[in-house]
Amino acid sequence: MIPSATAPAPAQVTTFALVGNPNSGKTTLFNALTGMRQKVGNYPGVTVEKKVGEMFSLYGEPIQLIDLPGAYSLSPRSPDEAITRDVLLGRLADTPQPDQVVCVVDASNLERNLFLITQVLDLGLPTILALNMTDLAEAKRIKIDVEALSRELGIPVVPCQANRKAGIAELRRAMGRQHPESPARKWRVPSKLEPALAKLSACLSKEGNVDSTRVFPEAIMFLTGEKSWNEAALPAACQHLVQELHQSFKQQGIDCHEEIVGARYRYIQEVCERVAHVQDENGPDVSDRLDAIFTHPVWGWLVFLGLMGSMFFSIFTLATYPMDWIDQGFTAASNAIKSSMPAGDLRDLITDGALAGVGGVLIFLPQILILFFFIGLLEDTGYMSRAAFIMDRVMSRAGLHGKSFIPLLSSYACAIPGIMATRTIENPKDRLVTILVAPFMSCSARLPVYTLMIATLLPTEEVSVFQKAGIMMALYVFGTATAFLFAWLFKKTLMRGETPVLIMELPPYRRPCLSSVLMQMLSRSKLFVKRAGTVILGLSILLWFLAAYPKASADNESSQLSQSFAGQMGHAIEPIIKPLGFDWKIGIGLIGSFAAREVFVSTMSIVYNVGASDEDTAPLRDTMLKERWPDGSSVFTPLVCVSLMVFYVLAMQCISTIAVVRRETNSWRWPLFQLAYMTGMAYIASLIVYQGGKLLGF
Amino acid sequence: MSSVRPLSEVPAGAEAQIQGFDPTCPETQRLREMGLLPGTTVKVIRWAPLGDPVEIKVRGYHLSLRKDQADHIEVKFSG
Repeated sequence: MIPSATAPAPAQVTTFALVGNPNSGKTTLFNALTGMRQKVGNYPGVTVEKKVGEMFSLYGEPIQLIDLPGAYSLSPRSPDEAITRDVLLGRLADTPQPDQVVCVVDASNLERNLFLITQVLDLGLPTILALNMTDLAEAKRIKIDVEALSRELGIPVVPCQANRKAGIAELRRAMGRQHPESPARKWRVPSKLEPALAKLSACLSKEGNVDSTRVFPEAIMFLTGEKSWNEAALPAACQHLVQELHQSFKQQGIDCHEEIVGARYRYIQEVCERVAHVQDENGPDVSDRLDAIFTHPVWGWLVFLGLMGSMFFSIFTLATYPMDWIDQGFTAASNAIKSSMPAGDLRDLITDGALAGVGGVLIFLPQILILFFFIGLLEDTGYMSRAAFIMDRVMSRAGLHGKSFIPLLSSYACAIPGIMATRTIENPKDRLVTILVAPFMSCSARLPVYTLMIATLLPTEEVSVFQKAGIMMALYVFGTATAFLFAWLFKKTLMRGETPVLIMELPPYRRPCLSSVLMQMLSRSKLFVKRAGTVILGLSILLWFLAAYPKASADNESSQLSQSFAGQMGHAIEPIIKPLGFDWKIGIGLIGSFAAREVFVSTMSIVYNVGASDEDTAPLRDTMLKERWPDGSSVFTPLVCVSLMVFYVLAMQCISTIAVVRRETNSWRWPLFQLAYMTGMAYIASLIVYQGGKLLGF
Repeated sequence: MSSVRPLSEVPAGAEAQIQGFDPTCPETQRLREMGLLPGTTVKVIRWAPLGDPVEIKVRGYHLSLRKDQADHIEVKFSG
């Protein structure tokens, strides 16, 4: 085909990368620049979020902006930081090297933030510095001479406050400048490293065919001892040279890494002395005063407990209203279909399969939204790292990190946001262990099951609320203790050999940016909704099919279920679960629960042919208490109730969690391992409870 | 009188000057990149309510480290 001569040339889209330290306000700036025009995906092969947005410069040129993961250094310590380095160096196949870079720095923490900037400037890409959080710097009485900073670094500097959208237009103007220049390198390589650097650079450009602009940063990375290059890709001559150089440095007692980092910081210190003026260094600022309370041995705990308490109060009370609306909405839709469609399998498929299944999961959306809102708020204000700071000691006992605390706490509401919140943990092993144990924390889907079983265990109305609450509490404690036990066990076995470290910044407190928190909440919740629309929908239909076929002759729901595929499966697993005290009817409930735990209650009410809702379990409880084994003995003895509760605390019964773990660990290995070990533990524990209890004469 | 000691022995509120890291110190490279270099002054702000980790101020920002790590950081401390 001959291209038409009149077709307009496609507008040249310039690609910018947004780079900065964690806590520099990078995400807020990204949101301010791109608004809702964002695409969130994953980098292939890793679980690092890839965020790309579209925007226009002040002159109307289209710009593609890549929000790179926050990094302290281009010598990566986490998969996130490795992605930042690889994208900037153009090493990723699916993400071309950006044309230009916007570096975000926290003006109130200039020295440490500029370290990464000296590394980025080494790459030779045209760069703009966004001097963010100028208000915080002012509060700390730091005065920065913007023009002098621009002169010193040799790049444009734009002061801004991303959370108030101040300075955004100026930044967009700078991003639209014509013929941007490559920055010159200003820091000086220590003279004792120069000969080695020259040799290595020559080798890399001659033998390695490394692009001339990239020779210097690559050579520096080799000298600092980084093993980032695919060894095979490096020509043998260069490999030998690198080894030789390291050997000779060792003999001379030179630590290349310390020399280079030291040289960068010396240069930064000189720059800062010239451009930043601290007016009053000694007085404590607002952040210091707040910290004196928030990390205080007494007040700190009170604030902490108060915040966590109000978070859970909101999740379990505020969320009930929208949850009721969702419930009513789905019931109304189901009723409308029932009255307008002729009776038949198609109608049942839509109402009992699709609508009931998806509705049963979407009902947790309000809780998840509230949870993500709180997490976003805690992160944005800077409190999150204080929570990690005061909880680190407790978490370290189990070999975990202070940052594992919030994911585990979130899992009390739902393991899905909990597992997604582990992304803030840099160390991959710490993160994996947290993911593996998170579902032991009793989530809200277990609540209806616990409620039903406690009611069955203590059927009389006279039993005090405290007794019931006590059992509920014990179940939560049991799950939590198991989570810590397994975290400790995994750290001792599977993930051995890691020295547990904590290098965590405590950023200054700041006013949260509500729009940014809300956007983060929405983008995180979207995944959950997507899951409900696909995986859960499919499984709900499958479960419906298993319960509806083959058809029974009599038109009775409970006899239908008993000889359906699900019923047959219940009969089939009865020999396996009988040692736990469960009959085939409970077996059907267990099978249904692998989609989602709360399905147990609705399945049991179908099995026993009683109408029951989560709110009023009394009719179902009374029917269950009347259940008898063929030999006439009671099925739901107190011991069976306890055995069943123990099973529900421990077993991994949630398709959505499995799907999320698959996504977050990027393999089927870990979700399947988790399914196996948790359910195995549940089986063993219930077996011990039931058989032990029988031996003791219960 | 000033003496070389591990950072973990510096009391809250006191300042000390970094001398170096002992060879068994984990994550030395990252600590350097975070600005902890020989000659850098650090101030111990507080120990966490449960006794670990420690919060220090370095180059104008706040950083927390566990006691196990602070044991391996040698500082010159007068007091």
